[in-house]
Amino acid sequence: MSLLLDLLLGLAVLGVAGWTLAVRGNFPAVIGFVAYGLLLALVWVRLGAVDVALTEAALGAGATGVILLFAVVRLRGGRAEIDAATPGPRQRIAAGLLCAMVGLALAVAVLNLPNPAPSQAAAVARHLPELGVANPVTGVLMAYRGLDTLLEAVVLVFAVLAIWSMAPDRRWGAVPGPVFPVQSSGPVSLLARLLPPVGIVIGIYVAWVGADAPGGKFQGGTILAAMGILTWVAGLWRLPPVASRGLRWAVVAGPLAFIGVGLLGFVIADGFLAYPPGFAKPLILLIEAAMTLSVAAALVLMVAGPPEGRRE
Amino acid sequence: MIYGLVASALVALGLYGLVTQSALLRKVLAFNLLGGGVFLLFGVVARRGGDAVPEALVITGLVVAFAATALALVLVLRLFQITGAATIAEDETPR
Amino acid sequence: MEATPGGALLVLMLVIPVTGLLIAFAQGGRAPERIALWLAPLGLAMAAVLLAGVLHAKAPVIAFVGGWAPPLGLALRADGLAAAMLMTTAVIIAAIILFARADYMTPPGLPEARAPLAFWCFLLALWAALNAAFLGGDLFNLFVALEMLTFGALALACLDGRATQFKAELRYLLFALIGSVLYLLGTALLYGAYGTLDILLLSRAARADAPTIVAASLMTVGLLGKMALFPLHLWLPAAHAGAPPAASALLSGLVVKASYVLLLRLWFWVMPAALLLAVAPILALLGAAAILFGSVVALRQARLKLLVAYSTVAQIGYLFLMFPLAAGSLAEVAERAWTGGALQAISHAFAKAAMFLAAGVIARGMGHDRIAELHGAARVAPLSVLAFGLAGLSLMGIPPSGGFTAKWLLLQAALYAGQWWWALVIVAGGLLTGGYVFRVLSTAMRAPAPDFAPAAPVDAMQERVALGLAVISVVLGLLPLAAFGLVLIGR
Repeated sequence: MSLLLDLLLGLAVLGVAGWTLAVRGNFPAVIGFVAYGLLLALVWVRLGAVDVALTEAALGAGATGVILLFAVVRLRGGRAEIDAATPGPRQRIAAGLLCAMVGLALAVAVLNLPNPAPSQAAAVARHLPELGVANPVTGVLMAYRGLDTLLEAVVLVFAVLAIWSMAPDRRWGAVPGPVFPVQSSGPVSLLARLLPPVGIVIGIYVAWVGADAPGGKFQGGTILAAMGILTWVAGLWRLPPVASRGLRWAVVAGPLAFIGVGLLGFVIADGFLAYPPGFAKPLILLIEAAMTLSVAAALVLMVAGPPEGRRE
Repeated sequence: MIYGLVASALVALGLYGLVTQSALLRKVLAFNLLGGGVFLLFGVVARRGGDAVPEALVITGLVVAFAATALALVLVLRLFQITGAATIAEDETPR
Repeated sequence: MEATPGGALLVLMLVIPVTGLLIAFAQGGRAPERIALWLAPLGLAMAAVLLAGVLHAKAPVIAFVGGWAPPLGLALRADGLAAAMLMTTAVIIAAIILFARADYMTPPGLPEARAPLAFWCFLLALWAALNAAFLGGDLFNLFVALEMLTFGALALACLDGRATQFKAELRYLLFALIGSVLYLLGTALLYGAYGTLDILLLSRAARADAPTIVAASLMTVGLLGKMALFPLHLWLPAAHAGAPPAASALLSGLVVKASYVLLLRLWFWVMPAALLLAVAPILALLGAAAILFGSVVALRQARLKLLVAYSTVAQIGYLFLMFPLAAGSLAEVAERAWTGGALQAISHAFAKAAMFLAAGVIARGMGHDRIAELHGAARVAPLSVLAFGLAGLSLMGIPPSGGFTAKWLLLQAALYAGQWWWALVIVAGGLLTGGYVFRVLSTAMRAPAPDFAPAAPVDAMQERVALGLAVISVVLGLLPLAAFGLVLIGR
């Protein structure tokens, strides 16, 4: 039964992926991609990785879908150029054969992975009590491989600044992204008024429970960002200009808190990002709280894009 | 494991899309399909070992992939705004 | 394997530039430039202390982040090669900070502008990313470092915001992202096969089975794409040549080296020797093709910056000649080849950074970079033309220069190993390099037309920085060979 379910789900994922590539219009392709992301999230649930399922649904399908849709709306035409640049059937067959070989090699490699699978599961679990967290994924992200998570948080800051820096010089200092008119009626306006109070509570809750249950800063931050984007698109909230100090400190607060706690480890524990016994959980929660804010801010800004309006 | 094969096929599909699609937007889409396959492979590895480490790696990877997608799309839009080009095919006349 | 004293330094080499970048971005205005100016000497000092520490201990410095030992935790490791690359990075970044002040200064009282903020922030970002890439002891941690590098490099390359540039940079971004994804795919397989991504632990466990071979192939192709090794070089010339001079110097001199060091780690540490022996000749063959192809195309370029960029395509090729010579040879031959390869990476970094900076100054002074019309450049920017020439000596491999020592070591290793054909490639590449360097110099030295006037004044500091880096690339060749024993520590 479950094998059949996995088989159907797997075929559905592949089918939607193939359709996304094959369909001619950009809009249906993006819709296909969002469906692909949601199906993948289901696959992650089937694999027992609820943390990843949440992240995939929120970021992979949701946020990525939104920026792709924004891009589709703005990219019009170019059909002739695209058709002229599309490789002919012979090149496509060659590319297909090559990619099929890669896929085949990968499949052979996967089927030949050793049994029993090598695993850090026991080691991960052994030290969780010291950290005071029950969710092993959080243990890995915040302690064992904390440096990865820190650098990744910094990548978000890189991305925001890189996106801003693509703006023309004369736009510098303006508000990021387009400015939407206030929508006083219609579904977006209604949603933007009803959802955020609930969404913000859920977002904070998802970030908060991450220590012990599936959830955490990235998932919670994405939900908060979604609420922000909704109120922004409905014209109910204007983004601060790129020069706003408050906005920028919000973006760097998370990584800075992470580094601060890390450096504190030199003083009160045995090194960078080491947590002293008994204080691990509060410190982890502190980082998670700051990171949730920064993830939410960075995601909103990445969706909004470079400054577009006139200088303030 | 079925999903190991699904992941391999997704990688092949994504690569094929990246190579054969000329529209930049569609290349970015294909890149994300490919990414989905790569992450799924981590998922299969995590499942086999009952191991949380690869799951954590995927969460890190998903965030990085989103940032890369956002950056790529901004570049695609800027290119389009400035030159009207929707592909990175070589120009007919070199500059 | 144990953590060693001094590990805190490794962490600080990552954390300090990152913190500087975060505060610079948040504060804006004139803060980024000031922070970069402060961090330059600090970064140099940290790299120097680390270098001395590794030399003194004759062993790598190792840190376990958070006190968690691999396989559960992440290790940072500075062996001799890493220490040398970190020092190279610190010197070149400090030089570029001095060079860039003339271009990206925010005068007091003026509002913050886009380009200076982005430049200083991403300079620090790249510094952090390079340090992370040279220190990383874990293949996934290195993936994150590579992505940091991609974002920083891309943003710097687009800094001028010119329409023609976006296409080149998008091509670069696609290559870099596909490279990263293929690399990541390999790490997934390796984790599945060994349950760890720690380089040292993997080196003890690796087998030549199907998952390992597929992983190695994917990761290698991904990294070669990022390094633009022939035939994956198509993105590099336009992307590097179109960037502002300070950014081109970083991209061509340093950024490609991060992928190179990672590739060395993958093949000489992680992979079993039998696999390395099979792959090494293929890599060297591609390297040889890159040397010949890149040099010939450089020779035919009409624009100075594109010539310098194609020269990078060629010089990257030399880095790969080391593979078949260092793999499976007698210890002494392998050491020569290894030292030659590492020294090529370092001396090319200095020479190419100098060359791009000099080309930038010359192009600014002349108002264009058309090689055929560079008459009088030696009068407009004398030190820059001298810097170009000195860096050219190192790229050609003329004694005494770092490039000469590097190529001489590779040449000797090729002859000792009985693989004389690589020696022919080295000599041919040197002659071709001489051709394109001479072509630029001979035009630049010629007297200008009587009515010639410089397009813009040349900044004296910028000229001196370019010359300084070129002098370093030459002086490296005056050091006794024993000094390069450094790069053998922890091999």
